[in-house]
Amino acid sequence: MKKIVLSSLLLLCLAATVSAQGNTLLLNAAGATFPYPIYSKWFDVYHNEHPNIQINYQSIGSGGGIRQVLAHTVDFGASDGPMSDEQLAQAGFKILHFPTVLGADVPSYNVPGVTAELNFTQKALAGIYLGTITKWNDPEIANANKGVNLPNADIVVVHRSDGSGTTYIWTDFLSKISEDWKNKVGKGTSVNWPVGLGGKGNEGVSGLVKQTPNSIGYIELIYALQNSIPFGKVQNAAGKFLKADLAGVTAAAAGAAKDMPDDFRVSITNTPGAAAYPVSSFTWLLIPAKIDDAAKRDAVKGFLKWMMTDGQTYNETLSYAKLPKPVVEKEMKAISLIQ
Amino acid sequence: MSTTATTIDRAAPPEAGPRAFIRRLRDGDEIAHVVTLVFAAAILLITSLLVYELWMDSRLSRAKFGWDFFWTRTWDPIFDHFGALPFIYGTLVTSVVSLMIAVPLGLAAAVFLAELAPRRLSDGIAFLIDLLAAIPSVIYGLLGIFVVVPLMRTVIGPALKAVLGKLPLFGGPNYGVGFLTAGIVLAIMVVPFIISVSREVLLTVPGDQREAALALGATRWEATWQVVVPWARTGIMGSVFLALARALGETMAVTMVIGNDPKVSASLFAPGYTIAAVIANEFTEATGDLYLSALIELGLVLFLMTFILNGLARILIVATERGGGHPS
Amino acid sequence: MSSVRLIWRKSVNAVMLTLTGVAAFGVVCILFLILGYFVYNGGRSLNWAFFTRLPTPVGESGGGMANAIIGSLKLLFLAALIGLPVGLMAGVYLAEFGGKAFAFVIRYTTDLLNGVPSIVIGIFAYSLAVAPVKHFSTLAGGLALGIMVVPITLRATEEFLRAVPGSLREGAMALGASKWRTIATVVLPAAAGGIITGMLLSLARVAGETAPLLFTALGNRFWSPGWSQPTAALPLMIYEYAISAYDDWHRQAWAAGLVLLAIVLLANLGCRMALGRRGMPRSS
Repeated sequence: MKKIVLSSLLLLCLAATVSAQGNTLLLNAAGATFPYPIYSKWFDVYHNEHPNIQINYQSIGSGGGIRQVLAHTVDFGASDGPMSDEQLAQAGFKILHFPTVLGADVPSYNVPGVTAELNFTQKALAGIYLGTITKWNDPEIANANKGVNLPNADIVVVHRSDGSGTTYIWTDFLSKISEDWKNKVGKGTSVNWPVGLGGKGNEGVSGLVKQTPNSIGYIELIYALQNSIPFGKVQNAAGKFLKADLAGVTAAAAGAAKDMPDDFRVSITNTPGAAAYPVSSFTWLLIPAKIDDAAKRDAVKGFLKWMMTDGQTYNETLSYAKLPKPVVEKEMKAISLIQ
Repeated sequence: MSTTATTIDRAAPPEAGPRAFIRRLRDGDEIAHVVTLVFAAAILLITSLLVYELWMDSRLSRAKFGWDFFWTRTWDPIFDHFGALPFIYGTLVTSVVSLMIAVPLGLAAAVFLAELAPRRLSDGIAFLIDLLAAIPSVIYGLLGIFVVVPLMRTVIGPALKAVLGKLPLFGGPNYGVGFLTAGIVLAIMVVPFIISVSREVLLTVPGDQREAALALGATRWEATWQVVVPWARTGIMGSVFLALARALGETMAVTMVIGNDPKVSASLFAPGYTIAAVIANEFTEATGDLYLSALIELGLVLFLMTFILNGLARILIVATERGGGHPS
Repeated sequence: MSSVRLIWRKSVNAVMLTLTGVAAFGVVCILFLILGYFVYNGGRSLNWAFFTRLPTPVGESGGGMANAIIGSLKLLFLAALIGLPVGLMAGVYLAEFGGKAFAFVIRYTTDLLNGVPSIVIGIFAYSLAVAPVKHFSTLAGGLALGIMVVPITLRATEEFLRAVPGSLREGAMALGASKWRTIATVVLPAAAGGIITGMLLSLARVAGETAPLLFTALGNRFWSPGWSQPTAALPLMIYEYAISAYDDWHRQAWAAGLVLLAIVLLANLGCRMALGRRGMPRSS
């Protein structure tokens, strides 16, 4: 018995030496799952280039990012939906939004026997998520997909169970295209869903879709690409069916870049333009305007600068659209607001 | 009366009252006594603090919703309207389903171990079953996702639908995740508790009871089912309550297979949500104070449910071990 | 007529008794199925990197869970530091000093604490050790686990102390030793084997706990220096990786599951063998 106790103590000492790596500065951040792949890549690369700075990012959902930054339990948060005026007022201290990348939600589905890319009209998506369209061979879906043999099967709707920016983007889009949705459900990081299963995180939703036949779920573009889950085309404001890609997302952002508000909080869902993918969004870091710890402040500022320059080169390999130039310039100026 | 002779009388019988305490102080044992007393009191402190925190931190929600909290079906973080009904419903349904599977299975196994199997085999199996009870919840969740859910979707669900599909209980689409899946996973998790406690209780039934029945010409099964089990029934009930308390509070495995959708549905195939699961999913991300407060109130509800069940279970088990719930 | 009835009763007897046997062996089979499944799935994914490397960025394969293994050890160390002394001393109090009414209250409270769902303990630790200092930390995770260690340790301590023969005590007392000296030098050493085993069992139980860590230890992709930073832990990683959509993460979840399962089961196996199931504290 003594041996066990002793050897475990020994192991612990070992642990302490391994984990005490000089004066490493550890920053904690939490929030959106939508940019998790690029963030974890960034923080990993940044740590390799600056071994004394570790940024630990936990993808607990955008709601969590907002909550934890309000509660001061993290150094900064991250969200795919901008904070509301109410939330900003509730904070009692100033929180800055910094757009990091652009992304998109895609309707991914798993319908056995269907290999073609499905077209989703705006009405079809609203109907499916409101629970008024329940079968895969509903005319609203079938008419937009001539020649595809859709089964007479119940649609399994999958949504996020956690507060998430992916949900914010999706519900923001649905609110813009459907009055019913706007009045009954609204937009937010988590909503009162009329139908469906909940999965935690992008991972949870894509996991459920992958495992459940006849399901549809909205997930972040990159998750669909990485897991080779088929996803469909969505009808945009101009009536065109578009498959989400970087060009479509950039086109959606192009309009917004011109008249970007000073606090960077802007919605780019369902923007006009034939090439604009309709379910696109910026995603933001939520950074307190005042950081007392000088070392942490410098680390955050340093990372932001790196992220807007070198960091952006990783975007396209991970399927995120780059920030438009004017936005980067505007953000570079905003970094000085962190004090 | 008790045949589990594990307690041995203390060297010095406890003397009550302040006078005895003062005498012990003079004996020079005061430090040891007071120190250990402080640690014992720490347990009281921790538990009271726990109740206090749950009570205080849920006051926003309690003030706003009052008793309506229990009857409201909405869980709407956007319009700040919170009700516990879907979660309480989900918690109860999954627990009941798990008991409906685990109780017959566990009781049968306990009867085999206590009444039929030779002592060595019985001890060996009980040992393995204790190991089963030690497997962490997240492991069951992992198996739930990758084994039980696919099985449910392809084998168990369709089979049930073919036979009982007309009943609303088995109506609606089968997603693989849902109340029934969570119930099955929970059943596997609680069955070791039922077996292990019931076996102990059955072993305390005096031998002359079953011998009398056998002498009267009863078969082995009749002696067991009509004499031994009724004799031990309070203790067995106790084990069921214990298992129920366990099932109510189970978090990770359930979160991973229940579907996480706050709905009250008649169908066991439907996705649902439990109290523990919603806390696990939403606690770190509740954006408003009222939202957080509502989640903590759910924690309080869960605490009270397990508190009551645990109390009942202890009383019943003690009652049996102290000389049997006599068949009246 | 009566012989028909007898045959009926005998067949009922045979069928039911067989069924009980099937039930018992069925449950045992579940254990072996679980073990086999994890050895098969986890064994294939287990490699040296798993024990020595940090997690890779999302979606890239390879990497390991070294930080989670160390994180779990640190959490267990804290849990032991917080929970074991309280459980031990309170157990001594109950077995050796306790008055009737107060001891009853303590015992009942302990049962109650033991039954509190782990997620509620998580909320408690959050409001105690995270919200006030505004930091997720190893410390908060250790506190949550420590609270869970107390009841089982207490139960084991009390039972094994009571099992020490009265003659030992009387012998020491007769030699003029005071009560606390008797307890410290005679009674506790006599019960030490059982008590330590009980403690190890309680640690084995919390080693697999996930729910109380979700909002205390939070998780970490890197090493967690010191005690006041969020830390990774094996159960947390299993949860995160299991619900993800990456095949490589699923593989690692199985590997981590196998490691956790091995630790927990071996600890249990060792302890229970050492005790020979005698006076085993109920693990419920």
